Amino acid sequence: MTQDVENVVDHLNLFRSPEYKEMFADKRKNFEFAHPDDKVEEMAEWTKGWEYRELNFKREALTVNPAKACQPLGAVFVAVGFEGTIPFVHGSQGCVAYYRSHFSRHFKEPSSCVSSSMTEDAAVFGGLNNMIDGLQNTHSMYKPKMIAVSTTCMAEVIGDDLNGFISTAREKGSVPADFPVPYAHTPAFVGSHITGYDNALKGIVSYFWEGKERTPTEKINFIGGFDGYTVGNLREVKRIFGLMGIEHTILADNSDVWDTPADGEFRMYDGGTTLDDAKAALNAKATISMQQYCTEKTLDYIAKTGQETVAFNHPVGVAATDKFLMELARITGKPIPDALTKERGRLVDAIADSSSHIHGKKFAIYGDPDLCYGLASFLMELGAEPTHVLSTNGGKEWEIKMQALFDSSPFGKSCHVYPGKDLWHMRSLLNTEPVDFLIGNTYGKYLERDTGTPLIRIGFPVFDRHHHHRYPVWGYQGAMNVLVWLLDKIFDEMDKNTIVPAKTDYSFDIIR
Amino acid sequence: MSLTVEQVKERNQDLIKEVLEVYPDKTAKRRAKHLGTFEEGKSDCGVKSNVKSIPGVMTIRGCAYAGSKGVVWGPIKDMIHISHGPVGCGQYSWAARRNYYIGTTGVDSFVTMQFTSDFQEKDIVFGGDKKLEKIMDEIQVLFPLNKGITVQSECPIGLIGDDIEAVSKKKSKEYDGKTIVPVRCEGFRGVSQSLGHHIANDTIRDWIFDKGDKHPEFVGTPYDVAIIGDYNIGGDAWASRILLEEMGLRVIAQWSGDGSIAELENSPKAKLNVLHCYRSMNYISRHMEEKFGIPWVEYNFFGPSKIEASLREIASHFDDKIKEGAERVIAKYRKMMDAVIEKYKPRLADKTVMLFVGGLRPRHVIGAYEDLGMNVVGTGYEFGHNDDYQRTTHYVKDGTLIYDDVTGYEFEKFVEKIQPDLVGSGIKEKYVFQKMGVPFRQMHSWDYSGPYHGYDGFAIFARDMDMAINNPVWGLTKAPWKK
Repeated sequence: MTQDVENVVDHLNLFRSPEYKEMFADKRKNFEFAHPDDKVEEMAEWTKGWEYRELNFKREALTVNPAKACQPLGAVFVAVGFEGTIPFVHGSQGCVAYYRSHFSRHFKEPSSCVSSSMTEDAAVFGGLNNMIDGLQNTHSMYKPKMIAVSTTCMAEVIGDDLNGFISTAREKGSVPADFPVPYAHTPAFVGSHITGYDNALKGIVSYFWEGKERTPTEKINFIGGFDGYTVGNLREVKRIFGLMGIEHTILADNSDVWDTPADGEFRMYDGGTTLDDAKAALNAKATISMQQYCTEKTLDYIAKTGQETVAFNHPVGVAATDKFLMELARITGKPIPDALTKERGRLVDAIADSSSHIHGKKFAIYGDPDLCYGLASFLMELGAEPTHVLSTNGGKEWEIKMQALFDSSPFGKSCHVYPGKDLWHMRSLLNTEPVDFLIGNTYGKYLERDTGTPLIRIGFPVFDRHHHHRYPVWGYQGAMNVLVWLLDKIFDEMDKNTIVPAKTDYSFDIIR
Repeated sequence: MSLTVEQVKERNQDLIKEVLEVYPDKTAKRRAKHLGTFEEGKSDCGVKSNVKSIPGVMTIRGCAYAGSKGVVWGPIKDMIHISHGPVGCGQYSWAARRNYYIGTTGVDSFVTMQFTSDFQEKDIVFGGDKKLEKIMDEIQVLFPLNKGITVQSECPIGLIGDDIEAVSKKKSKEYDGKTIVPVRCEGFRGVSQSLGHHIANDTIRDWIFDKGDKHPEFVGTPYDVAIIGDYNIGGDAWASRILLEEMGLRVIAQWSGDGSIAELENSPKAKLNVLHCYRSMNYISRHMEEKFGIPWVEYNFFGPSKIEASLREIASHFDDKIKEGAERVIAKYRKMMDAVIEKYKPRLADKTVMLFVGGLRPRHVIGAYEDLGMNVVGTGYEFGHNDDYQRTTHYVKDGTLIYDDVTGYEFEKFVEKIQPDLVGSGIKEKYVFQKMGVPFRQMHSWDYSGPYHGYDGFAIFARDMDMAINNPVWGLTKAPWKK
């Protein structure tokens, strides 16, 4: 076609014109040697049935559309949460390009991270020289206060010794003798990004704490875990701590570096846990983690220093937030202020106003294990049923915990938990046992397309909607956001289903 | 206060000197060879290229796996491409490149899916060949309409000594000669994506072409061409194909955007290969020339000037019918092109642009900017070779700043000092420059717009560049009380 300069159309509409449509049909017919249309349709139908589901669930080796990433991504997530810290990933450089792109696509922010750029010679001789040169270059160029090292699978497979390499680099003067270079081995073939979060955070705190004497204070450490809403959530948590008057240290606070202003200056570093606070965090009275499965080793380590540790499962909703606040109150001895009680009341009020639209609705959820738990518990609180709950990186322990949650409520009666499964399994679940709504990350849109289940985007990554990471999902106000997102989709679907004039629009109500 | 060419060259020299100061001596010496200023009349851009990136400097480059799975093989729609190794590589590259295609995803097409062997520790310790065999069996059960499988190796495969070639051969035999292609594109190979392109090209040669003619019934015509090196990002190949067809040619294959295995198999029957991305697919073009005697011609479908020249160049390989066809197409779109330029040139004239992109774009898009009256004042390749820099001399002006495999630091400093009106680069760079208040367009993904190829694409290109530069938000970056 030829474009109209007053109304230039891009891919969204350009290819709908007859010339292009004809071209596509011709290409398929004459050059692609494609399967006949009826065969494709027949096969598409077959993939929706129970027979296919059973074959699909028999898979033992193949993973299709998983909802998890690899360890170093979690390590980078942690590293950028410390003051002036640059993540340094030892291994192949392509990995780092991927992590940076991945975070930038989600947060719409720069993501700084360097690689030791190991190539074939390093695969043979080891990456010591890459570490020596890499640390020196990074230190001179980007003037960090700390370099946090993690590894790609390449370095892990050849068995590079991070501790030895970093010591040697230090001796060779790559960085000053007292310059902090914590490290963590983060093999991509073990666990997932949440494991990498855990390993990296443990690496950093143990770097500062090892061999130090603990002098207990009244401060509280707080760990968010790998969280697509880290910007909104950490700010909300700080507000809550402020209202309660709790002295605290957020460990790995990346809420500023992934939300910098457009004011003419690029900030490679912004905010973050100060290194002094990270050191002093050893003395805290307790450490609270919002995501158990992101912090198992870290909390173990912290507990051994003599601190109390408390882990939640990504608390969302009234009861989960109640529990979170009551634990804060118990640990610190500070009362929950009226302001928060009032917020609670407002959330309950909002739920009461709207729950008739959610009650009894069936949901499928997938995501990281803690997120799934938090969302499922909130849905049950709203009278909805989290029918399918799936986590690619959820394990046996998580499965038991989810089941216990289902068993605790009549709304969990017909719900099932699927640990270690992927989104191709979810496709079969949605096709054979349909639900009203799906909750997941951006990749859920393929499930929406294939199964017709409307997607509510909550999770990581979200690439195709903007700015939701700026909103909290924790605290009463966070739960309010989640409630509104659920309701918006529910009402949108109601309108979509009633919009046909003279057919269904009697229910196209202006008041709902 | 525009500078003379001599002043620009002097400024560039000072600027390069300044950025090099931040490096340790050894690194400064190495980086110095990659930075320079184009001197009119020289045969290349005076920079070194295609050598290892320096550790710790924040290179923008990716890896061989990205070049093979992400670029060359991934878009072939009716084959299943297994990301073989740990989960991450496939996850981060999942559907991120906007290689448009038409097909029923999960049934007869698979481009926007992530198939992975999700290696666990035991696979590293005991090897992954058995698992790979089982994966192929499971693919055959669950995706029976797939027309072939490729194994895209991630780093560990080459390190643990797996024999993916043996597995592929064995399974191919078991499945009646099914095409199964093992690709040794481990991320640590080579210095960038570039080797991955080459390796992928070679596997097409060895595992597709060398298997003989799969479609002897296919009837050729004297006007058959194959589009090589167009990945159909946002529909680029479609906006190109339509022009070639309008001039009377028959496009028998697209490599590889919206491509199918049959198209790859039939490519040796083309009369001419038309090559857009030279960097990623010159290898297979040269091979087809040597082996099948198919000539190839490079073309450039960015902006009307280059499109016009390219259509004529392509037509020159055919008879008068096609030559007339080319003129007809040029005439058909001229009015629209004039209208686009008339509308946008006044808004964009004399604006300056700095680019840093991959394969062909650091040079290919320059003409499109110039059609709008804009000037490209700096450019560089993520993974270019010297032959790319030689080709670049036909595009850039005297005094253009050249930076090969630019580091995060260098790029930031160059832009800070030169203050171009627009930067065109990738997602990792986008937000850095937008924070600095510099308008930006992603020139890999077309910033989720496109197509940019062809006449239809140029209208979109012009609209988008205007949208970026003349965005009112750039007037808001300073708080009034801070001005």
